[in-house]
Amino acid sequence: MEFYHFTEFAWPYLPPDDEFTSMRVSLPSGVYDPTIGSDWYNMCLDQHVLADELGINCMINEHHQTATCLNSAAPLSVAILARQTKKARLCILGNPAANLRDPVRNAEEMAMIDNISHGRLECGFVRGVPYELFGSNCNPTETSPRLWESIALMQKAWTTHDGPFNYEGRWVHKRQVNVWPRPYQEPHMPIWMTGGSDVNHATRSVENGFTFTMFLTPTESMKKMFTAVRANLKKKGLPKPADDLFAFMPLVAVGETEEEALKFIKQVFWYVTNNKAEPQFRAPPGYVESQLYANFLSGKFSGGRTDAIRTKGMDYFRENGVAVYGTPDQVVAQLKKMYKQIGGFGNLIAMLHSGDMPYKNVAKSMTLFAKEVVPQLKDMGTVSSKVGMLKDRGRPVPAAKFKGRTDALEAARAKTGVEVRSPKKTRKRAA
Amino acid sequence: MPAKKSAVRRSPKARTTRKTYNLQEAKVIVETKGSGKPILLLHSEDRYERSAAFVEELAQKHRVIMPMMPGYDGSTLPDSIRSIEDMSYLYLDLLDEMNLQDVTVIGFSVGGWLACEIATKNDARLKKLILVDSVGIKNRGAYDRDIQDIYYNTFAKVKKFKFHDVKKDPRVLTDMSDDEALDEAHAREATARLCWDPYFHNPSLRYRLNRIKIKTLLIWGANDGIVKTSYARGFAKKIKGSKLVTISKAGHFPHVEQPQEFMKHVKAFLR
Repeated sequence: MEFYHFTEFAWPYLPPDDEFTSMRVSLPSGVYDPTIGSDWYNMCLDQHVLADELGINCMINEHHQTATCLNSAAPLSVAILARQTKKARLCILGNPAANLRDPVRNAEEMAMIDNISHGRLECGFVRGVPYELFGSNCNPTETSPRLWESIALMQKAWTTHDGPFNYEGRWVHKRQVNVWPRPYQEPHMPIWMTGGSDVNHATRSVENGFTFTMFLTPTESMKKMFTAVRANLKKKGLPKPADDLFAFMPLVAVGETEEEALKFIKQVFWYVTNNKAEPQFRAPPGYVESQLYANFLSGKFSGGRTDAIRTKGMDYFRENGVAVYGTPDQVVAQLKKMYKQIGGFGNLIAMLHSGDMPYKNVAKSMTLFAKEVVPQLKDMGTVSSKVGMLKDRGRPVPAAKFKGRTDALEAARAKTGVEVRSPKKTRKRAA
Repeated sequence: MPAKKSAVRRSPKARTTRKTYNLQEAKVIVETKGSGKPILLLHSEDRYERSAAFVEELAQKHRVIMPMMPGYDGSTLPDSIRSIEDMSYLYLDLLDEMNLQDVTVIGFSVGGWLACEIATKNDARLKKLILVDSVGIKNRGAYDRDIQDIYYNTFAKVKKFKFHDVKKDPRVLTDMSDDEALDEAHAREATARLCWDPYFHNPSLRYRLNRIKIKTLLIWGANDGIVKTSYARGFAKKIKGSKLVTISKAGHFPHVEQPQEFMKHVKAFLR
């Protein structure tokens, strides 16, 4: 099992609750104060530098026009970490490729980061939450096929090394694609994908060898989804996917005592209690399946986390697996139980920070997590024995055979017969 | 609202036929009512026109031809149609296929846009044009919102933009049956697919509205909050010889809010 630290770089200093209707899309940037915000960015980046020092990985995401996330250009933050960290895998989850509209530029950014970090990039893509479509103006009825078109083009661009090729697809037209630099990792960076309720999308992701991720999802729903994906893949006659092709992100807090953990998780929980948005932002037409949208129109479906859920107590979220907290042993026990219930996952993205949680609290929670939880779980699960499409990945092997993700990837690349460029050789500073 | 069979039965006088045409990659359902000189009715994205009483009235003396726009109410929207301009070629094919002559086209909102896309390309089969609170062009600058954003605003606000008196909206979302809700979902998806970006207009269209040479009437709700009467004036200016009339106490759908006043203008123009 691999572990990633995550903070959404939220802007916590909001007006009183009755003075605004939405954290997203429409909240004026006048609410943001650069004199505090500039420190805030650096504090969030410091957390990731600490994650690296503690031996865990980093996950960075991206949202737009929202106080929930100040990372409006995730590649910038990841690029900073490519220089400031030494060993951590750097996961961007992800690039909203459909909304960005220029996959070639995106391919260049990712390839640069992969080089600067000596091959530590885990390159994720997201379709983007519905709120994003108001800022990007991307057509909600097209996001899904557009995302897949963009990813396929980027993969082709990363793996073509003999000069320009022509691409005139449904949305993207480029007549001379010749991406510099080529990625550090061969044939390219591992790809991640996120998803919600669409089983076909999840199946297609894993079939393509992408790590499929779910965020803040109750254990029961994750189990249903992962089980359905595994069954679909089996029906297609594909090999069993290793755990490293599945990821999950809960809210996490670790304390010396349960009481301290509860204090920390309540601070992380800020994200859920404050995450309000006007209903029409949650369901632009064509974003969700037609039946779900019909239910939204007639008022049978709220289009996302309802206000009722936002006000439920912490026990409710601990019970359903969205929040994982307690003493190190309690957290280990809860995660082991979830691993079993869900039927396996190989990546845990721990949202250890949110809202106005002070640095000293998140640093303590992270340290306990990295030093006392991770060592007890890291040998759990399986990893792929080769890289590429699922059909070519071979039989899953125990994660315990390797020192970590980088080690496992090197072995998989060697076995696949592609070049292995070791990121372990540390960079020498120019004189 | 989708035409229910009951709505059709209500009027025993005008005979209704329904036929499916295979055009390009699409299956287009066409309803025809009454007989006489042909009127091609291009419905709005909200489809209030299809079951409206004024259609029955028109059908007393005319052959009213109402295609369900691909993507709406059972007509299929193929991947090859990505804009209202693409759509217009399909309708030109339909005019040929039905071998229609001297057609009066009446288009509502997005249907008005479609009518302009058709008429600017080939008006050989057309006689007159009526645009009702039409969208489709952009008059002002990059920073001006010519067409109100129906996606960004709350449902309640959008209703206010569309209606002078919101109680006159024939559609109450929470009262819809499951089938109606699904029809409405599909319709809104089709609208988003065709009109999201560029937002409810074709940037090139205004520069070729001069090609519309047939007699044209623009009918506008004086309180339209989606496209205001100033927008209507800009529209009318681009079509030489056109006439603009406004209807008071009406929003984006004057034919729904003030049907008698609306028909008075239509009848006078058809004479």
